[in-house]
Amino acid sequence: MESINWRALAPIGVFFLLCIVIAIFSPNFLSVSNAVRILNASAIPVVLVMGATFVILMGSIDLSVEGIVALCAVVTASLVLNDTFSANLGFWAIPFAVLAGGIIGAANGATHVFLKVPSFMVTLGIGFVCLGIATAALGGFPVRISDRGFRALTLGRTLGLPNGIWLAAAAVFVAYVIQERTRLGRYVYAIGTDEITARQSGVPVERTRILVFVLAGFFSGLAGVMAAAQLGQGHALIASGRLFTTITAVVVGGTALSGGVGSVLNSVVGVLIVIVLTNGMVLMGVPPFVQQGVQGFLIIVAVTLALDRRQLLVVK
Amino acid sequence: MQPLLELRKVTKEFPGVRALDSVDLHVDRREVVGLIGENGAGKSTLVKILAGIHRIDSGSMLFDGSPASFRSPRDAFNHGLTMVFQEQSIIPTLTVAENIFLGREQEFLRFGVIDKRAMNAAAEVELAKVHLDCNPATKCASLDFAARQMVEIAKALSLDGRIDSDIVILLDEPTSVLERQEIDLLFEIIKELKAKASIIFISHRLDEVLQVSDRVYVLRDGAVVHETASTEATITGLHEHMVGRQLDHEYYRENKQRELFGESVLSVRNLTIEGEFRNLSFDLAEGQILGIAGVVGSGRESFARCLGGLLPPSNGEILVDGKPVRLNQPHQAVLAGFGFVPSERKSEGIVTGLSVSENMTLAAGDRFSRFGFIKFEQERTECQRWIDRLRIRTPSTKTPMQSLSGGNQQKVVLSKWQIFGSKVAVLDHPTRGIDVGAKEDVYELIREMADQGVAIILLGDTLEEVIGLSNSILVLKDGEVSAKFQAPVGAKPDQIELISKMV
Repeated sequence: MESINWRALAPIGVFFLLCIVIAIFSPNFLSVSNAVRILNASAIPVVLVMGATFVILMGSIDLSVEGIVALCAVVTASLVLNDTFSANLGFWAIPFAVLAGGIIGAANGATHVFLKVPSFMVTLGIGFVCLGIATAALGGFPVRISDRGFRALTLGRTLGLPNGIWLAAAAVFVAYVIQERTRLGRYVYAIGTDEITARQSGVPVERTRILVFVLAGFFSGLAGVMAAAQLGQGHALIASGRLFTTITAVVVGGTALSGGVGSVLNSVVGVLIVIVLTNGMVLMGVPPFVQQGVQGFLIIVAVTLALDRRQLLVVK
Repeated sequence: MQPLLELRKVTKEFPGVRALDSVDLHVDRREVVGLIGENGAGKSTLVKILAGIHRIDSGSMLFDGSPASFRSPRDAFNHGLTMVFQEQSIIPTLTVAENIFLGREQEFLRFGVIDKRAMNAAAEVELAKVHLDCNPATKCASLDFAARQMVEIAKALSLDGRIDSDIVILLDEPTSVLERQEIDLLFEIIKELKAKASIIFISHRLDEVLQVSDRVYVLRDGAVVHETASTEATITGLHEHMVGRQLDHEYYRENKQRELFGESVLSVRNLTIEGEFRNLSFDLAEGQILGIAGVVGSGRESFARCLGGLLPPSNGEILVDGKPVRLNQPHQAVLAGFGFVPSERKSEGIVTGLSVSENMTLAAGDRFSRFGFIKFEQERTECQRWIDRLRIRTPSTKTPMQSLSGGNQQKVVLSKWQIFGSKVAVLDHPTRGIDVGAKEDVYELIREMADQGVAIILLGDTLEEVIGLSNSILVLKDGEVSAKFQAPVGAKPDQIELISKMV
């Protein structure tokens, strides 16, 4: 009989504890409308952590999230009916934007694998390049979306819930299937746990690494589409702060930065923890700068709890 | 009949070493071939060539009659040569079935999605071959070591029935982590496998090799020195072939061996690390050299690492100069007076990025600095003195460590503890992978250290080395002391005597 792994279940416990504490201080927290608000605010972060989880499971990191989201939001806004360019592709803008995300992801992966540059540095650099392109292409101004139908992608409701939530749910489903039922998912765990053994067993390590970055790019691209639809515009700073939330959520959810351990579902819980905490602090009237401090503190606590320090010899 | 696998005049050289020297070897169909030899005899090079990790320099390899050269372990596998490695290649975060078919999921793909039920069912078939009763959907992390080893074997066996040609299974020290009962089971499995596969069995334990093999090859210094049918071989005979040359007294500087020692330095009382070794007790005096003998898995490596502060003891006492010391951290061990020379020189012994002098004074930093500022001139002079004394071949004290040869690197490691002034030197395979000339320099240095009153614990690369250098020898077997030998000059124990206590 397999013993229950408490470390893996801890994030769910933390989530409920957090809800109880906030509910005590702020009864409004438990209303249906607030729950929907929380889910809606979670939609884009959930899509982002789907990609980030695979990258981190593999033992790498993707810091280009903000750059890809911003660039893809700009691409989206420029391709639907807008105030700057004369395009009107409507929903057909979506595949273009997501594809753009995938291409940037491929650039991340290929640079990382073929030039053997650590993913940390590659994605940091490419993220900034994306931000630069997004800024330069528009001269620093936003592109405003005039297509109301397109904005319904996140603002409209289906079965009473905002469409953004359904999109996020679909992203989770796809990611979960990839994680559990495909070779790619299998190889991600194998590489993250023991790359040398994986390689000796014939796992195509390089191809897998690149594919995972492409996958992360797709999810970031989708998040860019959603951000553009939500805010009705595309500009370089549209994704500010997304990177920190993404990494925090993945780690808080219990996925190990060293790779091999974790799951996309864990990361969904991680996002909920981060968003509920923010929401709760807003309800309780905590000043914004204190909120940031609390989030920073949270990520360190989460990493501390998640590590099995007895087995660590070297910490870098 | 044509052999399934054949090596003809296979030679492999590494910088400065001829690892394999014109090796001829063949494995017939449905035959179990034993392969034995001391550390450094070339066994692991041979394994790596068969596995496609190394290429041969000259000679040829034939598989099923046609020339073969494997590009990777996977390539070898696809051709019908599968192996169970000494270090396990099981990924703990994956399930048993996922491990067995890692890299070969193609068979179970339905529209890009893995059919888990089919994969688990196929894994059941493989598990039945090794008589392992476990759920294929279990994560390997929750299996014990022996069960993982069985999964590893099941992974190798999964080749059977999946390709057309006959298969060769290579078992590299498969018994070192198994208990008696599991070893018996493994031997049963090998007998069953013989009906459909050829097997190469590598082990330190000569009795096991004789028990399961049809034929045995003995490797020494990279060459096959003996080949015999198991029915005609004896443990003593095989061992003589393994060791080869007669003991050379000069080689180990036995004329410099001390017979009188100083004060007692180290006392070890009932030292235990759960699962590694139990109730180790002994005393060691200034200038005394204690050899530790034992096979892989006897607990001797973990004992050395324990004294280096790398493995905290679970029980027992260590006293230095009569005072109990704690060894939970490497720096505690250093301060207590232990100088640990690890067997993994490249990863643990030296800091590759630093220079020769920086490595030498790494432990004794306090002596070469003032208010945190390094006293470069003093450091340089002291290091130069050691370089001259130990004949370390380096252009200067500032040369980066990685550009030195292995032997010279090892001398730097030894001088590091001499400069620091360690009371007890723990030498874990100090001559592993270094050439003969450098070995003699290291032996010379060990004698000098003993002369200066350093107590020495030695895990030798070969038994011969342990016997030649030590004043006394502890033999470990399955984590316990199985014998103690005195080894004064002229009355050194025989290797055969030691081996009989080791296995």
